[in-house]
Amino acid sequence: MSLEVLAVDDSRTMRDMLNLALSSAGFTAHLAEDGIHGLEVLDDIEPDVIITDINMPRMDGFGFIDAVRSEDKWSRIPILVLTTESADELKAKARAAGATGWIVKPFDPAKLVKALQMVAG
Amino acid sequence: MTDNEKQTDSTSIELLSFRVGGQDYSVDIMSVREIRGSAKATSLPHAPFFVKGVINLRGTVLPIIDLSARLGLQTGEDTERNVIIVVDLGGRTAGLMVDAVSDILAIPTEEMQPPPDLAADEARTFVSALTIVDGRMIRILDLEAVMPPQGEEVA
Amino acid sequence: MSDPMAEIRASFFIECEELLESLQDGLQMMDDGDTDSETINIVFRAVHSIKGGAGAFGLDDLVHFAHRFETAMDEVRAGRFHPDGEAIRLFFTCADILGDLVRAARDEGEVPSDVTDPVLAKLEKLVGVEEEEEEDLDFTPATLSLDLGGLGGDLPDLGGDLPDLSALPATGAEDDDALPLMADSAELTAAAPIGTEPLDIGAPEAVVAKGFTVFFKPEDTLYASGNEPLYLFRALRDLGDISVVAHCGDLPALDTLDPDTGHLSWTVTVHTEEPELAVREVFEFVDGLCQLDITPLKETGAPIAEAPAVTAAAEAPAPLPPLDFAADLPSDLSSAPTAELPPLTPAPTAPATPELAPAPLPETPMAAELQPMPEAAAAVPQPAPKAAAKAEEKPVVKPVAKSEDEPGKPAASSAPAKATGTPTQPRATVRVDLERIDRLVNLVGELVINQAMLSQSVTEAGLPPNSPVSTGLEEFLQLTRDIQESVMMIRAQPIKSLFQRMGRIVRESSASVGKEVRLHTDGENTEVDKTVIERLADPLTHMIRNAVDHGLESPEKRLEAGKSREGHVTLTAQHRSGRIVIEVSDDGAGINRERVKAKAIENGLIPADAQLSDSDIDNLLFLPGFSTAAEISNLSGRGVGMDVVKSSIQALGGRISITSQEGKGTTFSISLPLTLAVLDGMVVRVDDETLVVPLNAILETLTLTDNDLKALGPETHVVQIRGGFVPLLDLGAELGYRQPLDSYVGGIVLLIGQEDGNRAALVVDAIEDQRQVVIKGLEGSYGRVPGIAAATILGDGQIALILDPTDLVGQASGRTRTRQPQPALVG
Repeated sequence: MSLEVLAVDDSRTMRDMLNLALSSAGFTAHLAEDGIHGLEVLDDIEPDVIITDINMPRMDGFGFIDAVRSEDKWSRIPILVLTTESADELKAKARAAGATGWIVKPFDPAKLVKALQMVAG
Repeated sequence: MTDNEKQTDSTSIELLSFRVGGQDYSVDIMSVREIRGSAKATSLPHAPFFVKGVINLRGTVLPIIDLSARLGLQTGEDTERNVIIVVDLGGRTAGLMVDAVSDILAIPTEEMQPPPDLAADEARTFVSALTIVDGRMIRILDLEAVMPPQGEEVA
Repeated sequence: MSDPMAEIRASFFIECEELLESLQDGLQMMDDGDTDSETINIVFRAVHSIKGGAGAFGLDDLVHFAHRFETAMDEVRAGRFHPDGEAIRLFFTCADILGDLVRAARDEGEVPSDVTDPVLAKLEKLVGVEEEEEEDLDFTPATLSLDLGGLGGDLPDLGGDLPDLSALPATGAEDDDALPLMADSAELTAAAPIGTEPLDIGAPEAVVAKGFTVFFKPEDTLYASGNEPLYLFRALRDLGDISVVAHCGDLPALDTLDPDTGHLSWTVTVHTEEPELAVREVFEFVDGLCQLDITPLKETGAPIAEAPAVTAAAEAPAPLPPLDFAADLPSDLSSAPTAELPPLTPAPTAPATPELAPAPLPETPMAAELQPMPEAAAAVPQPAPKAAAKAEEKPVVKPVAKSEDEPGKPAASSAPAKATGTPTQPRATVRVDLERIDRLVNLVGELVINQAMLSQSVTEAGLPPNSPVSTGLEEFLQLTRDIQESVMMIRAQPIKSLFQRMGRIVRESSASVGKEVRLHTDGENTEVDKTVIERLADPLTHMIRNAVDHGLESPEKRLEAGKSREGHVTLTAQHRSGRIVIEVSDDGAGINRERVKAKAIENGLIPADAQLSDSDIDNLLFLPGFSTAAEISNLSGRGVGMDVVKSSIQALGGRISITSQEGKGTTFSISLPLTLAVLDGMVVRVDDETLVVPLNAILETLTLTDNDLKALGPETHVVQIRGGFVPLLDLGAELGYRQPLDSYVGGIVLLIGQEDGNRAALVVDAIEDQRQVVIKGLEGSYGRVPGIAAATILGDGQIALILDPTDLVGQASGRTRTRQPQPALVG
């Protein structure tokens, strides 16, 4: 199934890579630079799943997830957190913020796709 | 390339011959970028006597060497008939002001001789080899020696 | 570049440079006392992002270093470590090395570990974080700790919606066996898989069934996190055949159902060759959000189903309301509340096809309209949590089934027009090959020349100034200038990157000579031509090293002199009257003129009896072969002297000057043209030659009267201008075009102002024009000519030389000194 994915990351390289991985998998990628930008994009599109980095300027991933979750129409969109840490602490925090799952950077595109399917079909 | 012309390849060298100060000289044609008519040069202050100045060669600044002055030959009059041979030596470009361009010659390398040591006149320093064509002696110019010194102040 | 990864890689290194810049900025702010968390975050984020990208490209050295640097910064971020000056200096060093590693990775070089390791060791010692085990950066299986006690917590507020999933069919099941559907958790023991594996209890050794039984009971938080049991089962199915049994025992009465609460649990039997790890991976995201029990299948293939079931039952703290309506629920997996749906959907044969009953949502929210279903079964009508959410707005829910037209996908959400394939990217920039810009710059240069030629032809044709051609030409001129400026702007960039590099020079050089030095910068955003920035790096590096090495005193001497222990080097850039002025100053001891003079005499640069002004002595530093350090330190004195600095600056069309105050410090001032390409100049004629004098050097023009002129010697004149005397220079004679004139009365003079405040009066024969000219270097083709900065091409195609007034005046005064003791240039 082709998913529409919103990927939020402040690193251009990471956005490029996500874009590449997602479009290679036949998904439609929408990219945003930080949480605020992500919310702006969400106003225009309704993705099947969101991938977000945590540490970003202006609005970080936690703030972004929080904002997404607090909006009724977005509250059920699966959100995967991109993290370089595999630390349980961070995952717990991500989950506490309302994330659905996480992807550890650097990601293997195949596993990214798998993870996406795990949360969004 | 036919067998007849074979002598012109690896074993021979093509020269552009020209006259300057009443003598026959030549340069390796591989160094020649173009030949053009003379133009009024803008003189450079403090330049050596043989540097005529600079001219505009399609937007670049081309230093002009008065070759007869450089070689210590009698200086011909600065006329419209002068010709400038634009040469390139390792990325440096300069114009050699000569009287007239004569010919393009293919000279087998074995016919090239080193200049005799006796020739002690000034021009000797600027000749890398000699050859005889149709009974005329053709001097092959040592371009490196002719070029103005570079990279330092020419005062 | 056709390889997208190569392209991303290239852009990664560009991004790294930007990140390194913000890293430096952030550290600088921290060094200046900024403890704002966002500042620390900027630093952290920069390192973090470099590490992230580096990991993607397998740049292990970079990842390794960045990771440990990041760990240290994380300590700072978390407030567990409060960096002092020393720590920040170490961070700077780390940033420098990080930069080295980035460039090494880019250029496929290498930074030796004896550079990185000691710094890392220091870092860890300082911050107090031990090197941790290298993290497995791949997916790591979550350590599952079953929290059975949590089960009690999910006792629902009864009433409301039901979670969507009741049961899943076994994929790949070749037969048409009915799906195992259990209506009551009490019957869990019967939850053996049906149909997928023949169960032959009589001969357990005959069938070595591999796989697991997974008992899975989501907590409410699982749904809240956006997880969806259905997808988990589907992921399990990728591991092998599965059969799913739903336990509906917890289902409350419909009227008490809470739509946000899950009441179901499942037992999934998965037949797979994969290890338990693979199964756990599937549940990675929901670890802690559910009760999960994974048990290996017995060799007989019989699941140890009792265990979880019993547990589940045992732990269920409160008796649940009887599920008396179970018979009314559809057995149909599709869970369709409406009759149109096909009844039983048996397991499809194609494993790749998600066969789950698609369940178009009922027109109205489920919970309210659950109607009695014809057949009894446990399957619960539907909305998936997500579906429920969407259902409020949309008539259909995203289907689970794969289908061509994706019927369940809310049409509105597709928004294909703007979205597809066009990643949203704000603030777009274009990366352009520098060569292309340079070609453009050259072309615009040609355009300017052409424009000048055209103007000249028009003038020569005698057209009146107000003719349409002349007016058009005026506009053309303006446009040309605008284009030129814009093109130049493309090449300009803030000098910041260069300044940051100097920060490193200061840190490294001060460390190597045992001084404490702080670098201050100002005007980092001053935009300078890219080439100028590149070519300034070497001279500036040398000047900074000089300042640290020779300019500043040792900490002890500074304290003795009543100064702060820490020396200060200041680097500034600013636009000043059409030029860029860069200053390097230190608050050191100033130039020891006696020693400089002695050294110059010793080196034979000046005669022993030379009478020199302070400024003359200072300028001796620029002479070739001069070395100030009494003892050669390991920093400077590498055979590169200030003479080389001076010639590099001159090669850029710039000038360098020096001022020094004993005990207070020394300032080197570099003045550079704004661009290397164009110049506003005054076109003058001297003898037969046309020359261009840079407009910014000309203070005013005047015609000499007898009264203005004073003879100072037989060949020397001064001009009296408003009470001051200014030396007179005959340009024609200075450049050797002609002999000095007999009389300068009535002569035209350009009053030249120099950086050092000195003035000179240049005599020219005529002023012809004032215009912008394109600079053509002489050095490439000919060499440097004293008194001449460059050349240009005028409207008539003729080359005109561009004067370097300061150099010319310097030459002239140097010659004047010939008659006095003269500094003989050595070399």
